[in-house]
Amino acid sequence: MRFQLIGVNHKTAPVEVRERLAIPESRLPEACKKLAEHPGIDEAMILSTCNRVEILANTKNGAGADLRGFIQSYFQLDGTELNKHLYEYNEREAVRHLFRVAASLDSMVVGEPQILGQVKEAYATARAVGAVRAQLDQLVTRAFAVAKRVRTETAVGSSSVSIASVAVELAKKIFGNLHGKQVYLVGAGKMSELAARHLMAHGCASIFVANRTYDRAVSLAYKFQGQAIHFEDLHNTCDRADIVITSTGAPRAIFRPEHGELFLSRRKNRPMFFIDIAVPRDVDPAMNKLDGIFVYDIDDLQQAVASHVADRRKEAERAEAIVATEVERFHARIQTLDVVPTIVSLQDHLETIRQAEIDRVRGRLGPLSPDQEIAIEALTRGIVNKIMHTPISTLKTAAREAEATTVIDLVKRLFNLQEKRAAKSGGENS
Amino acid sequence: MSIFWLRVALALYGVGLLYALVALTRTSDLLNRIALHAAYLGMVFHLVSLTEGVVFTGHITFAMVHNSESLLAFLIMSVFMITYLIYKTTSPGIIVFPLVFLLTFMAATRQQPFLNLTPGMRKGWLGAHIALIFIGYAALVLSFCASLLYLIQQRSLKTKRPGILSRLPALEEIDQIGHRSLLLGFPFMTLGLIAGSVVAESVYGRVDLQDPKILLSLLMWAVYLVMVYTRWIAGWRGRKAAVLASVAFAAAVVAWAANYFSTIHRFVAS
Repeated sequence: MRFQLIGVNHKTAPVEVRERLAIPESRLPEACKKLAEHPGIDEAMILSTCNRVEILANTKNGAGADLRGFIQSYFQLDGTELNKHLYEYNEREAVRHLFRVAASLDSMVVGEPQILGQVKEAYATARAVGAVRAQLDQLVTRAFAVAKRVRTETAVGSSSVSIASVAVELAKKIFGNLHGKQVYLVGAGKMSELAARHLMAHGCASIFVANRTYDRAVSLAYKFQGQAIHFEDLHNTCDRADIVITSTGAPRAIFRPEHGELFLSRRKNRPMFFIDIAVPRDVDPAMNKLDGIFVYDIDDLQQAVASHVADRRKEAERAEAIVATEVERFHARIQTLDVVPTIVSLQDHLETIRQAEIDRVRGRLGPLSPDQEIAIEALTRGIVNKIMHTPISTLKTAAREAEATTVIDLVKRLFNLQEKRAAKSGGENS
Repeated sequence: MSIFWLRVALALYGVGLLYALVALTRTSDLLNRIALHAAYLGMVFHLVSLTEGVVFTGHITFAMVHNSESLLAFLIMSVFMITYLIYKTTSPGIIVFPLVFLLTFMAATRQQPFLNLTPGMRKGWLGAHIALIFIGYAALVLSFCASLLYLIQQRSLKTKRPGILSRLPALEEIDQIGHRSLLLGFPFMTLGLIAGSVVAESVYGRVDLQDPKILLSLLMWAVYLVMVYTRWIAGWRGRKAAVLASVAFAAAVVAWAANYFSTIHRFVAS
């Protein structure tokens, strides 16, 4: 056992548990240091966000470490209550989990981009205090590469999943840059306010508010630092808006094609975007037929959201496949690293034998000419290399398969190798 | 030799074309980059070919006439690249790549025509005429591409099915690209036609309005004038503007082809 991961996330633990385990940024370096000094741990890092707290460790000599024990002692918590929330992964599963977290496949909102940054910060912190050095470094940097691959090769993070953000996305499809665009709120409501807020956040300039009750319009306009308009003036002022969000309780459509034509001619045909959240609808669907007017009602928006959610699910499947192949690839690489010390000590071992044998017979041979020296050297080297060839290539092939450890053990026993693995493992970055 | 480099350029444009078409149906930055780099490289060889043409003919005007399709393709490509640098979009490539490929293909496989030069012809004015008209053509071709893209994007927004074309730039950006290249192309076209009439005056003493090429060029120019005007006054865009642009484009293509049956513009020695 080498890599070990333990933690809680939004799926396994309620917020009351997560907040007790959360480690504030200021105390993270010290916690990392303490963790790295915990018995059995060689390297370690801690990821603490509002949705998860995870500890990832590379254990000494692959012996395994008591990570649960560390959590209990560090947080001074009772183990029995905590245990049911903790998940624990080893080796390949730990690698897989880390890759999934970094690629935002384990997030509450799958594909949200912040998590990668948080993993990067956690890595930087652990690295700064020396808790991440060799193999964990390779693992985590690989996780960044996997996350990048998932982001570029799948669309898992590309589409928005709320009505307000879909509205913003559509507005961007029409206007490109939203800077300086005017928004008109007709009627008030939670959803239309939210959409307006989203649009403002993306650069929309000023806002007009019209409502049947003028006072309501004034207070809403005050909230957005916009301009309140009397409802009777609605059709006369509406052409100033690029984006109109309607949500009145009117029984019949308040915007009809003849209004649309009026707006278009006053706007010199610059496009207009109507977001109709009202039911029954405030905008006559026939408006959508006018060149340059785009009408989206609540069903259209919801459909866009639904298709985005479905898209994400499909993309997430592709992302999982990428993660799976990357886990295998990483595992194979790590296992190749496993056999390197064995190969080195096998070579050392045979070289020692060779030297000893040459020294032993040298006395009996008497003085040798340089040519003879070269011949003996070449002869003995040739024999040793020939003998070593098969075991080494067998080790290298075995490294890529599951039986690696068995083969390593066998070779060690056959040649009686004393491996100095712990001392070497740090420097062997092939 | 210039034809050899032109064929190298053609092959590279072909690569660009292929990748651009594939990139249409799938999201891939890599494909986009391959297409762009092939196009860059193609332009370099294209420029080599054009320069060699100038060296070979010994005169810039003759070279321009000899390699007219090739020159036009190169200019369209240049306008496309400038658009890419400003707007960071390769979407016009959907139309630009096939068009450039076709023009280069024609230039690379065709017999070289001969210019029917009359003594006393004003070579400077002729050079200006060709250069201006061609820049005008290139800009107007892009404007036409943009108006088609505008229709596609408008349709996908109206039907509420974004589909594969959802990667097109925003509607207003497409509109801006089209409008700006129209505003850029129109004056060049106008000046080019004026230079042309100066040449015609110098040779024939008058502008022959019955010549099909001249007639078609004027028609095209008139349609562009209407486009600029309606845009200016009423902000016409979308469907109406696209119809006008198509008419102008059709006139431009026919005017271009009129080289083969016009009496004045006869490149091919009779």
